[in-house]
Amino acid sequence: MTTTAPALAVGDTAWSTTFGPLTRTDIVRYAGASGDFNPIHHDEEFARSAGFPTVFSIGMLQASLLATFATQWLGADGVRRFTVRFREQVWPGDVLTCSGRVTAVEPADDGQLVEVELTCTRQNGSVAVTGTAIFAVPAGRGGDD
Amino acid sequence: MYTMPIERGKIREFARAAMAPDAAYDAPDAVVPPTFLTTASLSWEPPGELDLGELELDLRRVLHGEEEYVFHGPMPRAGQTLAVTTRLGDVYRKPGRRGGDLTFVTIVHEFRSPSGELVAEQRTTLVQTSQAPDEVRP
Repeated sequence: MTTTAPALAVGDTAWSTTFGPLTRTDIVRYAGASGDFNPIHHDEEFARSAGFPTVFSIGMLQASLLATFATQWLGADGVRRFTVRFREQVWPGDVLTCSGRVTAVEPADDGQLVEVELTCTRQNGSVAVTGTAIFAVPAGRGGDD
Repeated sequence: MYTMPIERGKIREFARAAMAPDAAYDAPDAVVPPTFLTTASLSWEPPGELDLGELELDLRRVLHGEEEYVFHGPMPRAGQTLAVTTRLGDVYRKPGRRGGDLTFVTIVHEFRSPSGELVAEQRTTLVQTSQAPDEVRP
């Protein structure tokens, strides 16, 4: 017997994914992978001289974690649009929770075009990054929940 | 305009940094993670590629506001080479909540296939504050 995942519907959510506690090494690994070597993200002395208590994460790291969450949910191949807005800085030691909810669905060739809202929240409940995305989701892939 | 080869090893490295274990990012024809195109401007863009015109940015006061990626068809994959153009988009001012103006600056990157087809776009929005960044402490 074959089972087919049900189509996604407005209001559907995915299991949230937790990343961290974020280490300075995680930040440096992303700096190297992306090419963003702004010292404010890895040089303690530089960050302090700029008025910050310590280094802070690269916004695109938590944006990329939100993208990782979204692609695990809706598929790596079908991204049509991915937008993020940076709300609050992320610091070493932070635990980030990514969650998402379907906000619109329309039929497409061999599947659905699915619009979602995405949120990356710090351990204290404050929102670090919000985002929206549109995925082309093939029929039979109803997400990981 | 400059070219950006999409490399398997770079995708794998980026996916690890993004904590993305998906097998789609570790294959000879690996697909790019959604935010991967950021590596174009950070790793491939020649100096002076972006013409800011008369706009002056003070990097000590610039925050990263928004980032948008649009894929017009199948996502780029390892082995492809894309042609990238970078230009200044909208620039506008808004009053900040804590006094002073905020300047919003959009930078548009367009990624084309060798045949000239628009494959993807990236829009970066930077926000320049009118004061030092001590209002963004934790």
